[in-house]
Amino acid sequence: MKVLVCISNVPDTTTKVRFIDDNRKLDTTGIQWVINPWDELSLTRALELKDVASNGIEKVTVAHVGSVAAEPVIRKALAIGADDAIRVNAEASDAYFVASQLAEVIKQNPYDIIMCGIESSDHNGSTVGGMLAELLGIPSVSAVSSLSIENGTFVLTREIDGGKENVQVPAPFVAVVQKGIAKEPRIAAMRGIMMARTKPIAVVEPAAIEAYTEVMGYEMPKPRAACKFVDAENAGQLIALLQNEAKVL
Amino acid sequence: MSVLVFVENWDGKFKKATFEMVSYASIVAEMSNSNVVALSIGNVENAELEKLGKFGATKVVSVTNDKLNFLDNQAYTSVIAQVAEKENAEVVILSNNNTGKALAPRLSVRLKAGIGSGVNHLPLSITPFVVQKRAYSGNAFANLLIKTPVKILTLAQNSFEIKENGSSTLIENFNADLGEGVVKTVVKDVQKQTGKILLTDADVVVSGGRGMKSPDNWAPLVEFAELLGAATACSRPVSDEGWRPHEEHTGQTGKIIAPNLYFAIGISGATQHLAGVSSSKYIVAVNTDKDAPIFSAAQYGIVGDASKVLPKLVEAVKEMKAK
Ligand SMILES: Cc1cc2nc3c(=O)[nH]c(=O)nc-3n(C[C@H](O)[C@H](O)[C@H](O)COP(=O)(O)OP(=O)(O)OC[C@H]3O[C@@H](n4cnc5c(N)ncnc54)[C@H](O)[C@@H]3O)c2cc1C
Ligand SMILES: Nc1ncnc2c1ncn2[C@@H]1O[C@H](COP(=O)(O)O)[C@@H](O)[C@H]1O
Repeated sequence: MKVLVCISNVPDTTTKVRFIDDNRKLDTTGIQWVINPWDELSLTRALELKDVASNGIEKVTVAHVGSVAAEPVIRKALAIGADDAIRVNAEASDAYFVASQLAEVIKQNPYDIIMCGIESSDHNGSTVGGMLAELLGIPSVSAVSSLSIENGTFVLTREIDGGKENVQVPAPFVAVVQKGIAKEPRIAAMRGIMMARTKPIAVVEPAAIEAYTEVMGYEMPKPRAACKFVDAENAGQLIALLQNEAKVL
Repeated sequence: MSVLVFVENWDGKFKKATFEMVSYASIVAEMSNSNVVALSIGNVENAELEKLGKFGATKVVSVTNDKLNFLDNQAYTSVIAQVAEKENAEVVILSNNNTGKALAPRLSVRLKAGIGSGVNHLPLSITPFVVQKRAYSGNAFANLLIKTPVKILTLAQNSFEIKENGSSTLIENFNADLGEGVVKTVVKDVQKQTGKILLTDADVVVSGGRGMKSPDNWAPLVEFAELLGAATACSRPVSDEGWRPHEEHTGQTGKIIAPNLYFAIGISGATQHLAGVSSSKYIVAVNTDKDAPIFSAAQYGIVGDASKVLPKLVEAVKEMKAK
């Protein structure tokens, strides 16, 4: 059985973003790139499943659509424990473009479990995983907070609004994962870092795909009005302000 | 041409977010000279379906089928796509909740339609079709051009006012074509959260951070929330430590919410926390540190100890309610 973890590389989550080119492009100067937090947790869960021999997972592969600039992040995934990597050598222009490139890769070389994060912290699309499943014509389960293999069947927990459901799906499937899928991201150990240097990254040229969407420009959120302070001794006055001034109570 | 809204029901009833979506759709329809058609999947009584008319749906397509008792992304996508095609939908709107996030991307591929996800404003323009959406986890907005003939939007909850601007609606039962073996997801069991206000539905949220000091200190916070009819939430370390349940964790890696009022009690205001709450209309912070970053995001603040401030807030709400 083979697992594919789709990873996106995103600015470190504390980055103060700035834009250039008439606010059309992210200013990448000084940005630290990291594996999207969800994808790091997906990878961790995939490796946990592989660690249990009876699950029968031979290989965990990571896939990324992006330029060579993402290789350090891909190497990090290999250092954490992925067996190999595939990079589609193209600018990730939109979610449909990315999902289509990933679908092409998977059609060439099928996987049983495909994992995507519920959201990339840069595009905030929540779209690539579902699109990928539809392009492949396979089931998807979204908002997955646990994934296990029990006697050869796949048992997933998904969050619904106001509760949880335990579901089974046949492989191959796409799991779109969220909080809970793994507790803490696995960290690369020295040995892993050494081994990662020799693990293969296959570079694939992109298929001709037309994006569905295009970012015309970015805007910064409007600065909020300055904070109005209420004295701690008279904390109760806050309630009157919320009621009469802000009118939210 | 039409604007199609997929409306979800909870035990046969619609929520406020559903009416927000239909209200939103009716303005989009006005902008694009078309009509709103709502699609409901599941058993909902006509009286409930008719409510959608008040918010601008001129037609409600109702699909009932035992195969659709649980969410199977492929089966639901197929039904929505059939109705979208039948109704000649130019815009399809879903909620940006877990169901919408599961379905919209599949529908996008099926209808060859670009997505604007998590939008919280009306489209900036219809031709060309441009929407504004969250980017960089709330640190920016992207103006997104959707280039395909059909467009899909997922609407953030609590981002649009409910408006009653319609009247009666036509209800049509539709027999969706669902072949054998379409449904592949088998739901083994369901655990529903009952008797609690859902964090994603709440107008007011009271949230506690590490400044609450111990899981034993939550009683006044919970009382305050109950008095306000608010949902409770927390920062990540609080749920990681097991002080509060995981469903309450807000932020980049937790829930993203946009209530009218968010109380951050003993929360420092890290960017990852703000990523989940910065769309709140008002943020109120209580923190001992006057330089805590949360005060830069807040409109009202109290510099003080949560254990002393909370009882005062509880008293004040009781007084307010007594009036
Ligand atoms: C990839 C990544 C993702 C993350 N995602 C999230 C996320 O989704 N959500 C999230 O919340 N965090 C997230 N974090 C963690 C985040 O960076 C912060 O560490 C976290 O939000 C801090 O929680 P806190 O404010 O409760 O605690 P602290 O930072 O410890 O702050 C406690 C605050 O309480 C105040 N205080 C102390 N005593 C009192 C008192 N008696 N009364 C009142 N105030 C008091 C202090 O002045 C301080 O401001 C993430 C981090 C990373 C790296
Ligand atoms: N450029 C990319 N390459 C590979 N996977 C990606 C890429 N962008 C997004 N993904 C995957 O899709 C998930 C959701 O991203 P998004 O739809 O952008 O919110 C991420 O968590 C990744 O698993």
